[in-house]
Amino acid sequence: MLELTPDRRLTGGIRLLANKAQSTAEPILRGLVPPELVIGLHQHRGTSATPIVEVGQRVAKGEPIAVPGPGASTGVHASSSGRVRAIEERLIPTGARLQNAVCVVIETDGEDLPYREATASTWPSDRAAQLELVRRAGIAGLGGAAFPTAAKLEGVAGRCKALIVNGAECEPYISCDDALMREAPEDIVLGVLRMAELVDAPLAIIVIERDKPRAIQAIGDAARALGDPRLRIAEVPTIYPAGGERQLVELLTGEEVPSGEYPISIGYVCQNVGTAYALQRLASSGEPLTSRIVTVTGLGVERPRNVEVPIGTPIGWLIEQCGGYRGDVARLIHGGSMMGYALPSDDLPVTKATSCVLAAAADEIRVDFEEWACIRCGECASVCPARLQPQELVVAAVARDFEDLDTLGLDDCIECGCCDVVCPSHIVLTERFRAAKRAFAQHARRLALSSEAEARHKRRVRRLEATAEDSRAAQEALKANVRADDEAERRRAIQAAVERARQRKRGNIEP
Amino acid sequence: MNEDPTPSSARAAPRRFETTAPPHAKPVSSVPRIMRRVLYALAPAAAGYTWFFGYGLIINFVIAAVAAVAAEAAILLLRRRPVKRALLDGSAVVTAALLAFALPPLLPWWIPALGGFVAIALAKQLYGGLGKNLFNPAMVAYVLLLASFPILMTQWLPPRMGDIDYQRLGFVDQLRYSLFVELPPERTVDAYTRATPLDMVKEGLRAQRPFQELRGSSMIGTFGGRGWEWVGNFIALGGLYLLYAGIIRWHIPVAVLAGLLGPALVLHLIDPASYPGPAFHLFSGAALLGAFFIATDPVSAATSDRGRLYYGAGIGLLTYAIRTWGGYPDGLAFAVLLMNAAVPLIDRYTRPRIYGHAER
Repeated sequence: MLELTPDRRLTGGIRLLANKAQSTAEPILRGLVPPELVIGLHQHRGTSATPIVEVGQRVAKGEPIAVPGPGASTGVHASSSGRVRAIEERLIPTGARLQNAVCVVIETDGEDLPYREATASTWPSDRAAQLELVRRAGIAGLGGAAFPTAAKLEGVAGRCKALIVNGAECEPYISCDDALMREAPEDIVLGVLRMAELVDAPLAIIVIERDKPRAIQAIGDAARALGDPRLRIAEVPTIYPAGGERQLVELLTGEEVPSGEYPISIGYVCQNVGTAYALQRLASSGEPLTSRIVTVTGLGVERPRNVEVPIGTPIGWLIEQCGGYRGDVARLIHGGSMMGYALPSDDLPVTKATSCVLAAAADEIRVDFEEWACIRCGECASVCPARLQPQELVVAAVARDFEDLDTLGLDDCIECGCCDVVCPSHIVLTERFRAAKRAFAQHARRLALSSEAEARHKRRVRRLEATAEDSRAAQEALKANVRADDEAERRRAIQAAVERARQRKRGNIEP
Repeated sequence: MNEDPTPSSARAAPRRFETTAPPHAKPVSSVPRIMRRVLYALAPAAAGYTWFFGYGLIINFVIAAVAAVAAEAAILLLRRRPVKRALLDGSAVVTAALLAFALPPLLPWWIPALGGFVAIALAKQLYGGLGKNLFNPAMVAYVLLLASFPILMTQWLPPRMGDIDYQRLGFVDQLRYSLFVELPPERTVDAYTRATPLDMVKEGLRAQRPFQELRGSSMIGTFGGRGWEWVGNFIALGGLYLLYAGIIRWHIPVAVLAGLLGPALVLHLIDPASYPGPAFHLFSGAALLGAFFIATDPVSAATSDRGRLYYGAGIGLLTYAIRTWGGYPDGLAFAVLLMNAAVPLIDRYTRPRIYGHAER
């Protein structure tokens, strides 16, 4: 079995304080059952699941409470046993932002009784049936986007050169993948192989950053024990954002994912190690996805650690299980310190997108947002993994100069935040780019609407002209006809008069 | 639920938090820190300069810095912009330091004062303040002074032990000249000042004297001008520190030096009598200061790696051309200003290919 150690370099990127050791000292805390679960039915891009339970109904752990909607969607399951108390709209944290979604609120009974039918299902041999099972079982990308895995893997078989399984975990503070790789390497490797079969990939590369020697060892041992020729392990340099899809492809293959496309357009599929684990649990024991590993960390939490958390667990309760808050907490962050976003309160539930809950003290994060003028040092450009020029983009973004924004590649910004961190003038860059993207989308919509209106107007003018032309032609024709008729009539009259005169001349006149 | 040790927690009042946009990680650098480090990097060269040429540099620096900071404060007030934060960024002091290195040491006080004022008021604030200026402020001020006061701007001093009749001006003498234009009795300015090595060699070559003979002058040291070469060493040391600290990147210094030394080497090999070699060019005049401290001013330099190579090479080549065929002994300031004007063009045409896009 070949172990890849890519020497290719990532474009841009920065070395950050990892801040991971504090959460990996203890093993994963398991078996928690919160008193209440708030389970979102729409935790990702794509469409919402449709609830199939009623208020007051008793549910068991793993029992489906919602079935997938059309398109990119997944089933949703009760994460523990109890009684449905409400089905209502709530704010939940999804991959990119807080979002309103219909949620099933379950009052748990503490028994954690499993759903009987869960164990009955077996892993089918047919690929379409496998994907359908993955879809219904609620498997979603556990790297942080929670995108429905079945939707991502659909139609990939036959086009996939390599399956890239992401255990890089480059984002500071987050260690949930590291912890899982240390504790369940066999399941992960088996899951990776199942995934490779699902997409018919000749190669499955598990990517791990060099700062996780124990995970590399564990995954390596498990892979060697299996001895499957498709498996590869790639150790990559510890540099943020090496774990981004586009960056992983570049780092491993030297190829670039074309702008606006997904990696599959050049034959690669990226999946997270946690997703591989979830797939293996489903295939081997029929377990749907009802929990995930969450890193609870930061100087603002008493006992930072990784926890296996039932989906829907309130974040405040989760923090209590880790010893509660410590000192002043400046921000409660969903995700890591680079791409994670700040939560307004801790009564929000854990979703499939929650890789980390970071209770950050004021001295470990940015709390001062004063800026100096840009001194054009170009540091932002040299760390940009998309090779953009943030110092020029920000000028266009503030001016809402959409033409320049387009030329400068606003759409190619992956919002990794590297430019903000290195800017000596402390200029808020990424957030301005996000705002510019929203404005751009609005502008594009308005443009589309106006060009549609313009086309509609032109069509109408043409139609009116054509109608006018038609009626004018008809009138002309009518007039011409009338004129022609008149002419013929007159000619006939004249003819008749001439005839009469001629007959008179011949003499046979009747007076 | 009853078995839960904290059954009420789920319904406890939620804790609220402030929200700000990601990234949350702290910035790793700051403008004042960069400016401070540039000043640290200049310190050894300033010490060396003072040892060889007296206290003129320090006096000029202090006067220029006071004028620059005062000009910055005054214009910010006029512009109704926040004064304190801009003053504390340290950029005006760095400009004054670079100007002081460019000026001859023996000058009346109003020359560095005017220089500091012009650099900040004219070359920086009129363009919109920090980050907005097209031209390097210190070089604008230097060139303006050179064009306006050509005689005063030649009042260079010989290095310590550089001359047989070397007369050292102490701190008090220098300060008296600066403030009152008074020299020790029975002395004229000409008794103290000397041509710079670059000037001397240029005049000598113009008089058809071979470079080999000019090299024998007591004003010339091992490589370049006596004293100057040591200041050059310390400037290079400071430059290496800036590289190490990540304040500057290698592209501009390397390109400036390559642009200057490349033609110097070629022409010197062809005709060593008429063309001084690369060592002389490197260790005389503003070559090292320019390469590490002036051309690397980020505001007025190109921003992409490739653009910085073009920008730096342009400065080096133009400097060589002005030194060799132009009317001034050194040409770095003019070269920097000319290339500053070319920066918007360079930046526009050297934007790197965006990830996932085809070559433009």
